[in-house]
Amino acid sequence: MRLESFAGWRRMAEERGMPLWRVVLEYEMHQKGRTEGEIWARLAQVYAVMRDAVETGLREPRQTQSGLVRDTGKKLLGATLHVLSPEFTLLLAYATAAKETNACMGRVVAAPTAGASGILPGIYTFLSKHHQVSDQTLYEAMLIGAGVALIIEQKASIAGAVGGCQAETGTAAAMGAAGIVYALGGDISQIFESVALTIMNMLGLICDPVAGLVELPCVKRNGSAVVIAAAAAQMALSGDTAVIPVDEMVVAMGEVGAAMDTRFKETALGGTAATPTAQAIARRIWPDAELVRREDPPE
Amino acid sequence: MSQEPSGIFDMLGPIMIGPSSSHTAGVVRIGRVAHFLLGGPPEEARILFYNSFAMTYKGHGSDKAVIAGLMGFAVDDERIRDAISIAESTGLHYAFEPVISSAKNHPNTLVIYVKRGDQELTIEGISRGGGLILISSIDELHTNFTGQLPTLIVRAQDVRGAVAFLAAILTYDGVNIATLTVSRRAKDDMALQVYELDEPLREASLAYIRHLPWVRAVHLLPPV
Ligand code: SF4
Repeated sequence: MRLESFAGWRRMAEERGMPLWRVVLEYEMHQKGRTEGEIWARLAQVYAVMRDAVETGLREPRQTQSGLVRDTGKKLLGATLHVLSPEFTLLLAYATAAKETNACMGRVVAAPTAGASGILPGIYTFLSKHHQVSDQTLYEAMLIGAGVALIIEQKASIAGAVGGCQAETGTAAAMGAAGIVYALGGDISQIFESVALTIMNMLGLICDPVAGLVELPCVKRNGSAVVIAAAAAQMALSGDTAVIPVDEMVVAMGEVGAAMDTRFKETALGGTAATPTAQAIARRIWPDAELVRREDPPE
Repeated sequence: MSQEPSGIFDMLGPIMIGPSSSHTAGVVRIGRVAHFLLGGPPEEARILFYNSFAMTYKGHGSDKAVIAGLMGFAVDDERIRDAISIAESTGLHYAFEPVISSAKNHPNTLVIYVKRGDQELTIEGISRGGGLILISSIDELHTNFTGQLPTLIVRAQDVRGAVAFLAAILTYDGVNIATLTVSRRAKDDMALQVYELDEPLREASLAYIRHLPWVRAVHLLPPV
């Protein structure tokens, strides 16, 4: 049993008369030899770590060793002016707080990677607190998210060093959008449309971490990614479509990632990382090249 | 590198201490391999961070990560953040050295020298990204294992038939060998055999191997 395309996933669900999440559950049982009970228990554990990452990020003072990131989540939590709504500000606060927990050497779930580790915690916390979605429904949403990422991993990439930031925060946002649509009652088509729309809206995003640290722009992007996921879910749930089928959008994402210059793939040589200010920050943070010993093998 | 398809907990995981899967989680795991081979935390440690690591280890907390691994902490242990002060309080002497070397061709390579009692050990590891690692040498003998499976590590005299003999013991235990690497050094006839196993072998078999006259040291490394 394989999970290689969205069309195949839908076919398996329809032929066997089972929900999307159960196809993923069976994939895992078959692929990894785990029991259903083990999988639910592990999902609960993953979810608990995600919720904790949000809570500690909002509660404890947060500053990274470099000082590049400080209390983003808490600033948002304390906001009195809301551009859209208080809930919108909270969604941003949850996602950035969890990502800050990661940047400050706290415990997180790399979902799908450490760089994107605030996005799903932000979305699931929001669904739980503001839509009263049950934990069981969220575990099912997590299975669907995992299915989305498994397909993207095979057809494109989930690593910033391979596919740019679209591969990391873009994949997490697509996983999250599918979860929102599922949890709020969308059907298979709407779930897949939300994934296609998210990819369409995050296509081409480069990976350009300042000084090579997983901090800036990463923390901000965990915030913007949940907004794109929410927008895509809203469009899909309102009956809008991406027009382009999700499987084709995943291929497009892979193509864009492959064509992306290596300066834009985690090397800290392009984009935000290459700005004069970022270069000055990098010089301040990293030791002098002089201090590093050079050891070359005898000719 | 395995072609095995990913599972859902590769997408929703690993659970780890941040910030970086390659610079933090992977480095903890390399340190843990040294911890298990030494049979506990070292008293002295010298860690060489090569190439890309040489420039970036501090900002990503790789220094804390490697010490945490040497103390035996797992990748999701919150004590990683304070690993250096914890290790200092147990009396660990340590030093970090950033090195640029064209002999190391993976950007994220580290070499660990450790001492515990009268034991000494050198291991070289590579952090491949996503928390995956490769141990590339032990005491300067080449090897190649990932730390994902139970791993039997045998350092022994290079006697004829040694590999077939040990493989037979594993077969008798019903243990499947996933990979096997053997390397040896001419100067003292030492050989390093590393078996990655689908399941651990029996304690009794381990004890038997340990008492073979030509065997110098045996370790069964749990998945790190
Ligand atoms: S910019 Fe790069 S390191 Fe940061 S989140 Fe995006 S892909 Fe990850």
